[in-house]
Amino acid sequence: MFFKEDTICAIATAMIDAGIGIIRVSGDRTLEIVNNLYIDAKGNHSLKNYESHTINYGFIVDENDNKIDEIMISIMKAPRSYTKEDVVEINSHGGRLIMESILNLLIKNGCRLAEPGEFTKRAFLNGRIDLTRAEAVMDLIHAQNEFSMKNSELQIGGILFNKIEALRKEILYEMAFIESAIDDPENYDLTGYDERLSKKNEEWINKLDYLINTSDEGIIRKDGIKTVIIGKPNAGKSSLLNKLAGEEKAIVTDIEGTTRDIIEETIRLDDIVLRVLDTAGIRDTDDKVEKIGVERAVKSAQSADLILYIIDSTDDSVSDDERISELILEKHVIVLLNKNDISDSISILEKDIHNIYGSNIPVIKTSMVSDTGIEELKKIITDMFFNGNLVPKEEVYVTNLRQKEALINAFESLKKVEASIEASMSEDFYSIDLMNAYAFLGEIIGQEVDEDLVEEIFSKFCMGK
Amino acid sequence: MIVDEFDVIVIGGGHAGCEASLAAARLGLKTIVFTLSVDNIAFMPCNPHIGGSSKGHLVREIDALGGEMGKNIDKTYLQSKMLNKSKGPAIHSLRAQADKMEYSKSMKMILQSQKNLTVKQAEIEEILFEELDANEDSSLLHDGYERKVIGVKTVTGLTYKGKTVILCTGTYLKSRCLCGESISYTGPNGLQPSNLLSKSLIEGGVELRRFKTGTPARMDGNSIDYSKMEVQTGDTPVIPFSFDTNPDDIQKEQYNCYLTYTNEKTHEIIRNNIDRSPIYAGIIEGIGPRYCPSIEDKVVKFPDKIRHQVFIEPEGSGTNEMYVDGMSSSMPEDVQIQMYRTVPGLENCVIVKNAYAIEYDCLCSGQLYPTLELKKIRGLFSAGQFNGSSGYEEAAAQGLFAGINASMQILGKPYLSIDRSEGYIGVLVDDIVTKDNLEPYRMMTSRAEYRLLLRQDNADIRLRKKGYEVGLISEEKYQALLQKEDQILKETERLKGIKVGASKDVQDFMDRHDSPRLKTAASLSELICRPELNYENISELDPDRPTLSKDVIEQVEINIKYEGYIERQQRQVDKFKKMENKKIPADINYDDVLSLRLEARANLKKFRPINVGQASRISGVNPADISVLLVYLENYNRSNNNH
Repeated sequence: MFFKEDTICAIATAMIDAGIGIIRVSGDRTLEIVNNLYIDAKGNHSLKNYESHTINYGFIVDENDNKIDEIMISIMKAPRSYTKEDVVEINSHGGRLIMESILNLLIKNGCRLAEPGEFTKRAFLNGRIDLTRAEAVMDLIHAQNEFSMKNSELQIGGILFNKIEALRKEILYEMAFIESAIDDPENYDLTGYDERLSKKNEEWINKLDYLINTSDEGIIRKDGIKTVIIGKPNAGKSSLLNKLAGEEKAIVTDIEGTTRDIIEETIRLDDIVLRVLDTAGIRDTDDKVEKIGVERAVKSAQSADLILYIIDSTDDSVSDDERISELILEKHVIVLLNKNDISDSISILEKDIHNIYGSNIPVIKTSMVSDTGIEELKKIITDMFFNGNLVPKEEVYVTNLRQKEALINAFESLKKVEASIEASMSEDFYSIDLMNAYAFLGEIIGQEVDEDLVEEIFSKFCMGK
Repeated sequence: MIVDEFDVIVIGGGHAGCEASLAAARLGLKTIVFTLSVDNIAFMPCNPHIGGSSKGHLVREIDALGGEMGKNIDKTYLQSKMLNKSKGPAIHSLRAQADKMEYSKSMKMILQSQKNLTVKQAEIEEILFEELDANEDSSLLHDGYERKVIGVKTVTGLTYKGKTVILCTGTYLKSRCLCGESISYTGPNGLQPSNLLSKSLIEGGVELRRFKTGTPARMDGNSIDYSKMEVQTGDTPVIPFSFDTNPDDIQKEQYNCYLTYTNEKTHEIIRNNIDRSPIYAGIIEGIGPRYCPSIEDKVVKFPDKIRHQVFIEPEGSGTNEMYVDGMSSSMPEDVQIQMYRTVPGLENCVIVKNAYAIEYDCLCSGQLYPTLELKKIRGLFSAGQFNGSSGYEEAAAQGLFAGINASMQILGKPYLSIDRSEGYIGVLVDDIVTKDNLEPYRMMTSRAEYRLLLRQDNADIRLRKKGYEVGLISEEKYQALLQKEDQILKETERLKGIKVGASKDVQDFMDRHDSPRLKTAASLSELICRPELNYENISELDPDRPTLSKDVIEQVEINIKYEGYIERQQRQVDKFKKMENKKIPADINYDDVLSLRLEARANLKKFRPINVGQASRISGVNPADISVLLVYLENYNRSNNNH
C-alpha cells in the first residue's frame, strides 16, 4: 500500500439523536487503536483475533476499561474494505452524547477526525473506485439537498452509465461498419448508407438534446434555483428577502438605494433550494457606487432562473426601465404587487400587469408588513418547478458541469456528422466526428480516460490540506 | 572459425531484410545480410503487387524515411493504379502490379552494389549470446535485458561476430507447406526452410509460436479465356510511389489485370470437400489471418454471398503465369482443379503451381520494445513476418525501422520513434509491440485512428524530417522538402488573403460552375472549399497566382478543403499525445498498483509499456485500469516531488 497516512475516524450516520449510530475508523492503526477501546462479553480485548468481515458483540470502554456503550462492531481488513485499508465500524447507540464520547476516545488514542470526503478520498487514491465514481461521491458529499443526493446515488448506481453506454454502443456499431466497409468494400456495401446513418444520427441527437436539457435542471436543482429579486428602489426587495430567509440579512431602510451590492441567501422550500439574490433597485442613478450596484443587478437578473419582480402598488407607474421589460419577456417571472396593506392608495392592479406583460404572468398581492402573500409565493415557486415533471426518482439528471460539457461536445460532434452527410462528404470524414462523439460520451462514464479529470479530482480532494 | 566482425548482421533477404541491411549500410555501418538463396532476394512468394489500401501508405512512408521499396517498384511495375479515388484523400492508396522476377533481380543488384554491405548465402543455425557486462555504458543497459547478442553461426560452422543481429526470417522457420493431405517440409515455393535457428532462439529465452498463411494457384496464362472477364487497366499517367522518382521517367505501356467471380458451383465444390481442407480437418496448427482469408474461409464465413471477386494478375514479363487473387486455398490439388474450373474464364485452366498453406515459427507477442529490439536480449532486433505480421509492405516497414534502430544503438544516437499520429509505420509498430496479436497482423486503414492526417500524399511532410535526422535522407532532399513546406504555407495564406467581390464577372463564373452566387465578398480559399470548385477551376479569378508544382497544389487544396476536419483530427491527436507523454517509470512495480484487475496487471507486467497511452492499448487493459494507473502515477510523482 502506498497511501500511508493517519488513521481516521468519523461518525458515519447523521449527527442527530437516533436509535443507532455508526462510527467508522480507517487506517493502518485501526485494529490496534480500537482493540484498546473494545472488550468482548468476557471482558477481553479480543478485537485483533476476529476474522475479517465479521460482526461482533461487545463494549466500548475507556482507558480504565469503564464501559461507555454496548455495541456491535464490524471488521473489514485491508484490502477488502471501502478504503482498502483496515476498517472498523462501531454500531453504537445513536445518542449524540454517546457517539461524541466514543469519537473523543478514538481521537485521544491516536485517531484523527476525518475531513469531509476523506474516506472516499482514500478509496480513490488506493484505487478502490474509478474517476467517475469518485466524482459522483464528491458530489454526494457536497450535495446541498436531497435531490442532489438522490442524483449522485443514481450516478453511482449506474443509471446514467447505462444510458450513455447504450448510446455509445450504437455509435460504435456504425463506426465499425464504416471501418469495415473502407477495408473490405467487397463485403460491406456503403450504398445508401448515409441515409441510414442520418436517421440514426438524428435519434442520437435528440437523445443527447434531452439529456442536456435535463442537465440544465439538474444544475439548477443542485446549486439551488437562482432567484433574483428586482424592482425599483424602495419597492420592498430587501424586506422580501428577509421574509423568505426568516432573518435580517439585508439592511432595510426607507432611503432609496440602500442595497448597493448584491446580497445572497440560500433558502429551502421543501425540497427545493433557492439561491435568492437581492439586488440594488433598477433605476438611473448618478451615484457611482450605486451605479455599479445597478449594473450588477441587471447582470445577475439576466442569468437568473427565476425573477421575483416586486412593484410598489402605491406607485403611479409600473416601470421606468426597459431593461426590466426585456428580462420579463425572457425569464420565469413572478410579479409581486407590494405594499398591499396601504389599501387606500393602491394605484396599480393585477390587470394592469397583465395588460403590460401578458396574462400568463403570475401576480401576487403582498405586504411585507402584514406577511400577506408570502405563503402563496412559496406555493407558486414550488408548483412552477415541480409541475410533476421534475421528479428525480428514476430519471437521471446530469448534475455536474464537466459531464454537461462532455454531453454538449458529443452533441456538437453529432451535429457535425449531420452537416457532413448533408454536404455529401465520404464516410471517412464523418467517422472523425463519430469518433469524437464516442470519446466525449466515454468521458462521462469513465470509459474514456480524461487525464485532466485526475488532476481535477486531486485538487478537489486536496483542497484545504 | 571467426570469419569477420560486423556492426549489423541481418538474417533473411526478404523485404524486411533488404530494407534493414540497406538502412544499416547506408548509415555507414559494416553490415552483412544472410539469405538461404541469393537468387531469391526480395522474392514475392504470394501476390504480385505492392501497395493497395493502407499498404500503399506504408510504401510511401518507407520512401519518405529513405527506404528502397518505393523506388524499386517504380522501376519494375507492370501496372499501377490509385485506389479509392471516389473517396476522401485519406484512403486514396497506390497499388502497383510488380514484375516479380525483375523486382527481385533489381533489389539484389541494389544490395550487391551497396557500400558497406555484404550479401552472403548461408543458413544460420545459431545466435551467439553472452552475459551482460556490468562495466558497459549503463545508458545502453535496459533493466529488461538478460543477455546480449554477439554474433551468429552458420550451418557450415563459420562464426560471424556482430554487435547487433536483426531477425528477418519471414515464413522460413521450420516451415511446412500444406495442400490437402499432402505436406512438404519446405519454405514457400519449394524453397529451402530454416530448421535449426528456432532451437537456438528458444534456448536464448525467445518464445515462439506457429502462424500460417496461404497463397492461391498460378495458372498458365494460355489456358485462360480473358474474354469472359472484365479488363482492369492501370492509370494514365502513373503516379510513382517514390517522392524521388520523376513521373516522366516511368510512364510505359501497362499490363492488364482481369476481374471474374466465383459462383454457387464453386462454393458447392468447396462445401462438399471442406473435410479435406487441412484447416477444417485440424491438420494445420498455425493461426491464419482473418483479413486475408482463403476461399474456403470466405465460403464458410459468408454463406449467403453468391459470389466472390477473383482478380487475375500477371506474375511478370518473363513468364505467362497468372496469379488468381482472392482464391488462396489449402484444398487438395484435385479439389483445386475442380474449384478453379468453375470460375468464368478459368474453365480450361491449367495449374502451373498449386495453391497451398504455409506454417512457420514466429515470435509470441509482448517480447519487443517499441524499437523492435527484444526486451530480454540486447542487440537482437526483429522485423517482418517473424514478428507476426503478414505482407511485403508491413515487412519492409519493420525492416527499415529495425535496421535504423539497430544502427542508432551502435551509433549511440536517439532511437527512431514514430507514434500513431505520425505514420502508419507508427501504428504498425505500436500494434506489433503492444497488442496480443493472435493472427498474422495485416495493415488496414481502419487501424489508423488519425488517418486524415496520415495520407499517402503527405508522407514526405510527415516523415522526411525523421529520415533526415537518422541520416538516410540527404541534405539536398531535406532542403527540397523545407522549400515545399514553405510554398504550401505561403500559398495557403495567399489564398486566404485574396478576396473576390460579387462583381458580374464573378457571378457569371459561379453560374457557369453551378455554384451559388456570392452574397458578399469571399476569399479564394472559401471558394475552394465549395465542393464544385477547386484550385484548378478558379484560376481565372486568380490571375496572379504563382507557378507551383502539382504536389504543392495538391497539399494546398487538401489543407483548404478539409480544414475543419483536419483541425478536429489534430485535436484528437493532441489529446492522444497527452497520454503518450505520461511516462511510466521503468522500475514501476505493478503489484503496488492496487485495484488493477488481474488480467490487466498480468499484461502490464508482460508488455511493460513505456507510457500511459501505450498501456491503454494493451490487450486486457480497460479504462478503469488506466484511471487506477493514472492515479497511482500522480501519487507517485507527487510523493517523489516532495522528497
